[in-house]
Amino acid sequence: MVVTLLLLAASAPAQTAPPDTVPAPRPPSGLVAADVPNDAGRGIDLTWKGSPDDIAGATIVTQYHLARSTTPAGPWTLIDSVAAGTVAKRDQNVDRGAEYFYRVDASGPGGITLAGSITGPVRATSQVINQTRWSVMVGTILFFGFVLFFMASAQSGKKPFVRRIPGIDAIEEAIGRATEMGRSVLYVPGIQDINEMQTVAGLVILESVAKLTARYETPITVPVTYPIPFTIAEEMVKGGYLHAGRPDAYDSNSVRFVSPEQFAYVAAVTGIMMRDRPAAHIFMGSFYAESLLLAETGFATGAIQVAGTANVHQLPFFVVACDYTLIGEELYAASAYLSGEPKLVGGLKGADLMKILIITAIIAGCVLESLGQHGFKLWMTTQ
Amino acid sequence: MKREVPLFITAVIGLFMILSFFVPHQWVSVPADFLQGSAVILVAFGYVLGGANALRVNFDGISRRSPGWQYKVVLVVALLTTVTVGAIEGREFLNPGMRSKWIYDWIYSPMASTMFALLAFFIASAAFRAFRIRTVEAGLLAVAALIVMLGRVPLGDLLTDWLFQLKWLPGAPHTLHLSTFQEWIMDIPQNAAKRAIIIGAALGVMATGLRVILGIERSYLSGED
Amino acid sequence: MPWISKLDTLDRRWLFLVMGLLVAGPLIFPAGLPLKVSPPVRSFHDTIEKVPNGSTVFMPCDYDPGARPEMVPMTKTAFRHLLSKDCKVVVTVLWNAGPGLVEATLNEVAREFPNKTYGVDWVNLGYKAGDDAVMVLMGQGIKNAFPRDYRGNPTSTIPLMNNVRDYSSFPLMVNISAGFPGTKEWVQQVQSRFHLPMVSGCTAVSAPEYYPYLQSGQLQGLLGGMAGAAEYELVRGEKGLATKGMDAQSLAHMFVAFCIVFGNIVQRLKRREAA
Repeated sequence: MVVTLLLLAASAPAQTAPPDTVPAPRPPSGLVAADVPNDAGRGIDLTWKGSPDDIAGATIVTQYHLARSTTPAGPWTLIDSVAAGTVAKRDQNVDRGAEYFYRVDASGPGGITLAGSITGPVRATSQVINQTRWSVMVGTILFFGFVLFFMASAQSGKKPFVRRIPGIDAIEEAIGRATEMGRSVLYVPGIQDINEMQTVAGLVILESVAKLTARYETPITVPVTYPIPFTIAEEMVKGGYLHAGRPDAYDSNSVRFVSPEQFAYVAAVTGIMMRDRPAAHIFMGSFYAESLLLAETGFATGAIQVAGTANVHQLPFFVVACDYTLIGEELYAASAYLSGEPKLVGGLKGADLMKILIITAIIAGCVLESLGQHGFKLWMTTQ
Repeated sequence: MKREVPLFITAVIGLFMILSFFVPHQWVSVPADFLQGSAVILVAFGYVLGGANALRVNFDGISRRSPGWQYKVVLVVALLTTVTVGAIEGREFLNPGMRSKWIYDWIYSPMASTMFALLAFFIASAAFRAFRIRTVEAGLLAVAALIVMLGRVPLGDLLTDWLFQLKWLPGAPHTLHLSTFQEWIMDIPQNAAKRAIIIGAALGVMATGLRVILGIERSYLSGED
Repeated sequence: MPWISKLDTLDRRWLFLVMGLLVAGPLIFPAGLPLKVSPPVRSFHDTIEKVPNGSTVFMPCDYDPGARPEMVPMTKTAFRHLLSKDCKVVVTVLWNAGPGLVEATLNEVAREFPNKTYGVDWVNLGYKAGDDAVMVLMGQGIKNAFPRDYRGNPTSTIPLMNNVRDYSSFPLMVNISAGFPGTKEWVQQVQSRFHLPMVSGCTAVSAPEYYPYLQSGQLQGLLGGMAGAAEYELVRGEKGLATKGMDAQSLAHMFVAFCIVFGNIVQRLKRREAA
């Protein structure tokens, strides 16, 4: 009976589809599910080989449906649908440590074709160390090691030699000139908030500058953009006067909160320059478009100007319009220079040694790449 | 304790955040994410603090009739008006027809644009007055500046294409444009110098950060050492 | 020669006047100088072009009215480019004075596409305080970082946001920024951590700083200032604000170059006279 039915089926005329019916797509294959590396167990990466009917320009396949289950038999939950042509997707809605099974189905106008097989079990797990960041970790440990070693070495009496930076010497010269002319010093600690390291550096230098102005009995004006740097600037100026032995000379109105708005701030500061005519302007911190407005207005008043910033796009304006400019990391080094504290000067040497290491790594990397050896570059590449 | 507690908190949180860059495990990443979110809230709070500070400082100046106190009156009136209008209008404060939108479109926007536009004038005066070629390096800088400035605009190529005709050189492009020189300067020497400054500045940031985290740099705290 | 000392002490307001006339003139009487497309701009365009049609693209716009002449033309052309590819666009603004301007700019372009609906084809999530901390926060979930959009709608109810989880939901970031927080912070906090492909439009003064990122592949395209915006308009076959401004910018650049040269000539003559 069965053989008869099979024979009847075989001999039946072939049912050809009408010309305008799109056939159901053939299923995708080769689904691979793997734990996302170097994360906190938050994702599983899925990759597959597309359906043979997934051809650019054709519309047999329009989407792939990704389904997930905690058991091979289901029930299956649709987790995502991706456009035809896509062969990878990350599932980020997983529970850490749970076992999952995955399936990818092809869908098109002709219908949905379920996957021929399922993949699993796979678990999303946490990793303790990000394996791609070893180079950064080694570099960080070395850098911290160098800095701490030379700090300790400098404190024990072996203070390293540091070359003179004219811009830093010019700060005392500028304050001296303001004193001779009987006018004040204007100090601008940049326009960014305390989360910017240049602002921290600018405020640290402020203490040394305030100590000098206290010693020379020269008034100082410090306009500040944000509230937190404002309170820290007050402490720095107060501290400077205290360390100079002149706490009674401290004027609480010397530090002024102005505005976080960039151009409102620069309007206020240029107003101070034109009205109060400070004889020395010191710009130390992070600056943006207002740098030329400040420096050029300051020049027009005839003041001596010293600037320092690590924002390289503003350096040309300061170089052109100011008498002295600290470039890039010279801003961060300035506090060590001005205070002369052995610990801080030792830290400079540590940073210099790290720079030598980086230069060596760059040269070594260039040579190895030129020789077709990519291991070093791969080790340095992070994710 | 007034200084030790903040220093301890700074050290612990600073080192923890550095660790979070290397350790993706949830015991580190979840608290680190929480701290990142807390930082956002702290920054938002800062605006409240800033407004209060602005009022305190300016009221003080007005009451003492310090020089320019009239401008302080204008500032306080403008600040209070803008905040009050914005608070009354609520979430839709920048919808068309709102008074806050009027202040933004007709006062704030033009003033901000005007201040930024001043740069064009100041660059001309700085270029005339301050850009002095006194050394070989300054000369190189001036030549590079001229090439980049003129190469960035269409007029540069238009005026100089006749200078760089290379029809006579087999295999060379017909004309070497000024903009080509400009692109080379931006891609090669400028890029190299920028990279070096960025690397140096990044090391400076790390060194300063380390000093703050380890409490070596502590002058931002009040009181004596 | 008395005219040398007169020029040496020239009141800078004369220079301001000349600059003002040279900039205003071409804006009133445009000359239509020919433009050329540079490789970074070509890359910017091609990278957007390669994004599959219908994808959801992330477009942070970090600027305020001060940078309007450079940023708004880029925003318009990029947004138009994305909408013409039927891409969905998610916009954020990390500058507190920016959302009003960005919203007005996006609305102006969206009006050219009557079949595009807010909330379905594009959404402006508005401003959030925190600068680069917000960038990292968004990596944990965009809807967590922005529970409401700029218009006050809960993001959980916006249809476009149904398929947006975090940075992995986007094939590309199109960043238009004028300073801090901006391109550098997006590269440091997002592109390098989450490997989201990125193109950027920035002010002309910042552009040189981002060439290292362009060369390393962290940025796949760069528009530098109004010139970059004008070149992008040229590639797209548009004649927008940036193209109209290039004549004025050309004359302004010529004048600054003239000031450098002439200033040095005056100084040399003055020194020779003194000697």
